[in-house]
Amino acid sequence: MLPVQYYLALAVILFIIGALGVLIRRNAIVVFMSVELMLNAANLAFVAYARFWQSMHGQIFVFFIITVAAAEVAIGLALIVTIFRTKASIDVDQISTLKG
Amino acid sequence: MTPQLLLFIVLALVAIASALGMLVSRNAIYSALFLVLNFATIAVFFLLLDAPFIAIAQISVYTGAIMVLFLFVIMLLGAERAGLVQAIRWQLPLAIALAIILMLEAGYILLGQRGVVPLVTTPLPQDFGSPAQVGTTLFTGYLLPFEITSVLLLVAMIGAIVLTVKEKR
Repeated sequence: MLPVQYYLALAVILFIIGALGVLIRRNAIVVFMSVELMLNAANLAFVAYARFWQSMHGQIFVFFIITVAAAEVAIGLALIVTIFRTKASIDVDQISTLKG
Repeated sequence: MTPQLLLFIVLALVAIASALGMLVSRNAIYSALFLVLNFATIAVFFLLLDAPFIAIAQISVYTGAIMVLFLFVIMLLGAERAGLVQAIRWQLPLAIALAIILMLEAGYILLGQRGVVPLVTTPLPQDFGSPAQVGTTLFTGYLLPFEITSVLLLVAMIGAIVLTVKEKR
């Protein structure tokens, strides 16, 4: 196996790209996809360490993360569809009705 | 250079390039397709790390189900494009500066670990990461979380239906 730091470095880079996507994109769907990218970076780190310690527990955690991500996507996309119906836009800067 | 390292470098470049492609494409459909490519390369990384079951789950759940759902919603709403002009003007440079700082911190920590974490040389057990072993661990040590997950999925399903159903006036 390659040193675990290689995988960690890749996971860090992917996570930071995802975080940048959340910060700079305005399309709510792309923001959401960036969140998925961050979750995947975490999964990669989990599996790398599971291989490193030769323990199955990291892989089980990834299994749960995938399940939670699926639930999150179902709810999040339903929210986006509802917001689009009321505001006719999914620009995150325009969702500011609660702003005082 | 070993074949494994070569494969790692090529796949890592593909993963980073597709993630950046997702970040900068203006059309949300291109973003989604770049993300599919990224998830596929991560599945190959899982195979390299002796996690075949997780790799297949990644392909079928992420690239299969979740991204199809994304594409469906993008095409349903017809909202591929959103302008790139920010409401807060200093948001973009600030975000990039913060990302660079985070990257430097992570690099500092990773480089500081060099030589401290030993290389693994002990051979893996034969069935590491096989579906049988995933199942055994899941249904012995993690039975309660597994059951809670089923409730979570049910709640998500009901929630999605309740949110999108049209109210009758």
